[in-house]
Amino acid sequence: MDGFNGLITGFGVALTPMNLLWCLVGTTLGTAIGVLPGLGPALTIALLLPITFKVEPQAAFILFAGIYYGAMYGGSTTSILLNTPGESASIVTSMEGNKMARNGRAGAALATAAIGSFVAGTIGTLGIAFLAPVVVDWALKFGPAEYFALMILAFTTVSAVLGSSAVRGLAALFFGIWLGLIGIDLQTGQARFTFGVQELFDGINVIVVAVGLFAVGETLYNAATYRNSETKITPLKGSLMMTKLEWKRSIGPWLRGTAFGFPIGAMPAGGAEIPTFLSYYTEKKLTKYPEEFGTTGAIEGVAGPEAANNASAAGVLVPMLTLGLPTSATAAIMLSAFQSYGINPGPLLLQTQPALVWGLIASLFIGNVMLLVLNLPLIGLWVKMLQIPAPLLYAGILVFATIGTYGISQSYIDLILLYVVGIIGYLMRRYDFPTAPVIIGMILGPLAEQNFRQAMTISAGDWTVFFTRPLSLIIIIIALSLVVVPKIYAMAKESQRRQNPAR
Amino acid sequence: MTGDGGSNRRGAAEAAPATGDLLVALGVVGLAAVVLWQAWAIPVSPIYAKVGPTLVPIMAGLGLLVFGAALVVSALRGGWQPKDEKAITPDRLALGWVLGGLALNVLTIGPLGFTLASVLLFVCVTRGFGSRQPLRDAAIGATFALVAYLGFAKTLNINIGAGLIENGIEWLIATFKTGWRGR
Repeated sequence: MDGFNGLITGFGVALTPMNLLWCLVGTTLGTAIGVLPGLGPALTIALLLPITFKVEPQAAFILFAGIYYGAMYGGSTTSILLNTPGESASIVTSMEGNKMARNGRAGAALATAAIGSFVAGTIGTLGIAFLAPVVVDWALKFGPAEYFALMILAFTTVSAVLGSSAVRGLAALFFGIWLGLIGIDLQTGQARFTFGVQELFDGINVIVVAVGLFAVGETLYNAATYRNSETKITPLKGSLMMTKLEWKRSIGPWLRGTAFGFPIGAMPAGGAEIPTFLSYYTEKKLTKYPEEFGTTGAIEGVAGPEAANNASAAGVLVPMLTLGLPTSATAAIMLSAFQSYGINPGPLLLQTQPALVWGLIASLFIGNVMLLVLNLPLIGLWVKMLQIPAPLLYAGILVFATIGTYGISQSYIDLILLYVVGIIGYLMRRYDFPTAPVIIGMILGPLAEQNFRQAMTISAGDWTVFFTRPLSLIIIIIALSLVVVPKIYAMAKESQRRQNPAR
Repeated sequence: MTGDGGSNRRGAAEAAPATGDLLVALGVVGLAAVVLWQAWAIPVSPIYAKVGPTLVPIMAGLGLLVFGAALVVSALRGGWQPKDEKAITPDRLALGWVLGGLALNVLTIGPLGFTLASVLLFVCVTRGFGSRQPLRDAAIGATFALVAYLGFAKTLNINIGAGLIENGIEWLIATFKTGWRGR
């Protein structure tokens, strides 16, 4: 099915009253959790995973997609008004956006962020609709060796390239892979790392790990630093209606930001940080008002990165839906939702579940429209949410985290695991380890093992299979060079610096 | 955590080891040891498989070992955290309250039921975040926990740890319903 026909099918699914309602619930919830500091889409979708036992897959994914997009919109509100970016990709938005807000132009900053998110989200979703079938045509030729190579590429970029340190990122990744290995090995029936505990035979639930890292760990970290951090909400000033000049200054950055964000997000490597920073530096170079950057706040510096952020969020769904390859923590949790329905995302997904996939894509268009309405005329409501006192907010998060895990499984093991993972999550935050690789390793690790074994079985135990198939070899070379080349470059620079100490 | 204010990351050789960083790095190495030990303990299945159940676990253990060792080296050279991050001492008292609340929750959620255990957790966490109104917090916590409980239990039909309060409310709802129908 090509993109156009697919979309017609999809709108047929997404426009039913029930699914519209799910979309509205998802986008509202997504905006709310995006606004609240300390909550993110990965955590929220993890907490809502149990509904996969109760509702149809279409409804669940429309809800999850609404949360996913909504959190991006809500997050920009927080970065502009509070200057505490919830995720690394909104750091750039807060740089210029918060300066604009302090200079009485919060309204314009929020408007350009929301409309930019809408423009980028809509173009990005169109991109999914037309790119997904193309990727599927390609992916149908992939064997287990290629899939394994792709997963290695995703592992290395997510943990070694995007974070602040390759060593800590990879340590986090291997920790996640190990967590994913716990339980009965599906191929041989052997128990692995269960330490004789019956409850661990089915493996550790990803909900426990995600909620532990993102809710409990985050709360502990905030408790430890709360005293030292006084955050002030910048009052919402300035008209939400952008002036003619502001429109003119925003359109270019929106489109360029989308052009950076979508392709980079759609690559099997993913990541929203690179496109947002690229967009920021491009706009800084191209602007006619360079004096506003870093001083009073330039609207281009909000419009571009915010569009790049949302477009890359749309792009991430391409490898997720077509290859079953999640490149962000949220996408990894969504993948586990597919698994919970017994659906395997991959090139066959579009053929076997057209109504599900196209319904999801169509609901993203509808969600974008809803989000524009939710985030501009109703902005005052979300600003009120920012005023929830931190003690109540974090206490509520922990109570909810407990419901989401213990409440569902009624297992003490899960509750204790949740809190232990939370303490590990705190230490990871405190000692600057990225947490997303843990989730991605946990979900993708067992899949990588499965493809590895299949490839080895097909090749009759020949290890060279990953290097003799050209596509697999190319992907592995890209993955390795992404890790090694920056290191060599840094070492070369260092030795140069030592030879001529410039003082 | 370590107060070596004069540490300079460039002069790596002279810098004092960072205690906190070192403990974390040793923790990673320790985990690697446990993973490798347990990976050897996985019985190799008689079922034919080109790649047995131990290969990937051993690779995961080796990965942790290599990067844990790299972290130990980095910690001995003065740690990897930027100076301003190091300077912040975590608020131990606040952490204590939150961790205590979590421990209390594990102990009480079985015997007391979800709502009462949540109220205790709620009060401890708000105290950790500096709130001085335990009664007000308990009231808010109780409302929040009950709404959450009813939301989960009723809409999703999932029974989450019922205790005294929950059963009491269920009983009230039930009598109310039968009484209503009785008319």
